[in-house]
Amino acid sequence: MSLPAVIEAKSLNLVFQTSDGPVHALKDVNLTIGKGEFVSFIGPSGCGKTTLLRAIADLEHPTSGTLTVNGMSPEAARKARAYGYVFQAAGLYPWRTIAGNVRLPLEIMGYPKAEQNQRVARVLELVELKGFERKFPWQLSGGMQQRASIARALAFDADILLMDEPFGALDEIVRDRLNEELLKLWAATGKTIGFVTHSIPEAVYLSTKIVVMSPRPGRITDVIDSTLPRERPLDIRDSAEFIAIAHRVREGLRAGHVDD
Amino acid sequence: MRKAGPVLAVVAVLLALWYLAVIPMNAQWERDQAARAGREIGFAELVSRTMGQERPVLPAPHQVVAELWNSTWVEEIHGRRGWWNSGTLSNRSLIYHGWITLTATMLGFVIGTGGGILLAVGIVHNRAMDASVMPWAIASQTIPIIALAPMIIVVLNSVGISGVVPKAIIAAYLSFFPVVVGMVKGLRAPDAMQLDQMKTWSAPGSAVFWRLRVPMSMPYLFASLKVGIAAALVGTIVGELPVQQGGLGVRLLSGSYYGQTVQIWAALFAAAILAASLVGIVGWIERRVLRRMGMAG
Repeated sequence: MSLPAVIEAKSLNLVFQTSDGPVHALKDVNLTIGKGEFVSFIGPSGCGKTTLLRAIADLEHPTSGTLTVNGMSPEAARKARAYGYVFQAAGLYPWRTIAGNVRLPLEIMGYPKAEQNQRVARVLELVELKGFERKFPWQLSGGMQQRASIARALAFDADILLMDEPFGALDEIVRDRLNEELLKLWAATGKTIGFVTHSIPEAVYLSTKIVVMSPRPGRITDVIDSTLPRERPLDIRDSAEFIAIAHRVREGLRAGHVDD
Repeated sequence: MRKAGPVLAVVAVLLALWYLAVIPMNAQWERDQAARAGREIGFAELVSRTMGQERPVLPAPHQVVAELWNSTWVEEIHGRRGWWNSGTLSNRSLIYHGWITLTATMLGFVIGTGGGILLAVGIVHNRAMDASVMPWAIASQTIPIIALAPMIIVVLNSVGISGVVPKAIIAAYLSFFPVVVGMVKGLRAPDAMQLDQMKTWSAPGSAVFWRLRVPMSMPYLFASLKVGIAAALVGTIVGELPVQQGGLGVRLLSGSYYGQTVQIWAALFAAAILAASLVGIVGWIERRVLRRMGMAG
C-alpha cells in the first residue's frame, strides 16, 4: 500500500522478566500500518497481540528494535495525544453521567467548557447515544456502555484508535451490530484503527489488514491484506471471498499452533 | 419497618434477661438487711426490693431509664441549676456532660480523619512513607490508650495546652488509624486498566488523584469514618478520666467513686446513645453521597 505510514515497527522485541525467567512476548516484529487502515491483530492467548497494541500506546516498553507512531516515539505520540484507547471493559466511572464520562479526557486535557460540550454532543451522536447524556452507566446495557467508551476515545480527535478486544465481553448479536457501527464510524472519521480480537469473523469483517500472530515467542506469522471492498454489509460474511480470507487466517493460526 | 420486628424481639429478650439477672445480683444485700433487722424476707418481697435499691450491684433497666430522664429533662427543666432556671446547662445533667464529650469527640474526629487521610495520601504516593509509616501506625494502636492518655494530658498541660485539645488529641489518636487503613485501600482501589487509561490521556498525577483515586476511595472512607467516630468517642471518654473537667467519662468515674451504679449505667447508656447517633449520622451521609455517586451497595 502506498498510504503514508502511521505506525512502523522494525525488528521489535519485547521481553518480560518474570519470576519464571524471561518471557519473549514479541520477537522480531516488523509491521507498517498506513494512514486510514483498519488493522486487526488476531491470535491465541499469549501471542503478544495485546502487548503489541500496548507498546504502540506506550503502555509497554520494547526491549529492542524501533517503533514509531506518527513518526515519533510512542511516548512522544502519547503525550501529543495521538491515539484514543478502548479497553476490553468499558471502564466508565459510575459517579459520572455518560456525558460526564465522555467529557473526562477533555477536562484532563484542558479543553474550554464550550468546546467540551460541543465535542461530547458530536461523538455521542456518532456512536448513536444521543439522548443518553444524563444517564448513568448502570442504566445502560453492556453494548451501550462500550459505545460510550468508544465515544470517549474519539472525543479528543486523535487520528489513531487502538481497541483491545473491545467487544470481547459482549454477546454475538450485540457484537455484530457494534461491528457494523464501528465500520460506519471508521468510514465517517477516516481514522487509523488497531483492533485486537480472537474472533476470525470479526477480524475478517472489519479489517483492511489482518495480522496473524502466534505465541511462544509472540510473533507475526502472516499479514493478510483484505481484498474485500470498504463498503461491507453484514451478509458479506457469506461471500466466497470472505470465506477464503477467513480460511487463510485459520491456516495461519493453525501453522503457528503446530510450533509449540 | 420490616426490620423493626426482629430488633424489638431481641431487645425484649435482652431486657428479660437483664431483669432476671437483677434478682440474684442484688438479693444478698436484701437478705443481709433482713437478717440484721431480725426478720424473714419472702421471695415476692425480695424480688420487688431488688428492683428498687438505691445502690444496687446491678440496677434494673427502669432505674437506668429513670436516671437518664432525671439527669437530662428533669434536671435541665426543673433543677435549680438547670437550663430553664439559670440559662446555662446544669453540671449535674448528662446533656451538659454529653455536650463536653461531643465537642471533644468531634474535634478529635476531625483531627484524626484529616491526619489519617494525609498519611494515607503520603503512603500511596511516596515509596518511603509506604515502607515506613504503616508499621508505626499499627504499633501506635497496640499501646493501651488508658496508659497513654494521662501522659498525653500531662505533657500537653506542661506546655500550657489544656481543656478540650488534649482530649481531642487522644480521640484523634484512636480515630486516625481506621481512616489510614481504609483510605490506603481506597486510594489504591483503581485497577491497572483504569490507571492505564489515565496514562493514555497523559493525565497528570493531580487528575489521577482527584478524578479517579478520590472518588474511588469514598466507600472505603465512609466505612472507616464509622469506625473512627466511635473510636474518637471512646478516646474522649478515656481522656476525660484523668482530667476531671466534665464529660461522660467524669460521670462514669465519679459514679464509681461514690458507688452510684445507677449513675454509671446511665452515663454508659448516654455514651452508647451518643455513639450510635454519631455512627448513624455518618451512615446517613454515606448513603446519600454514595447514591449520588452511583456506588450505593
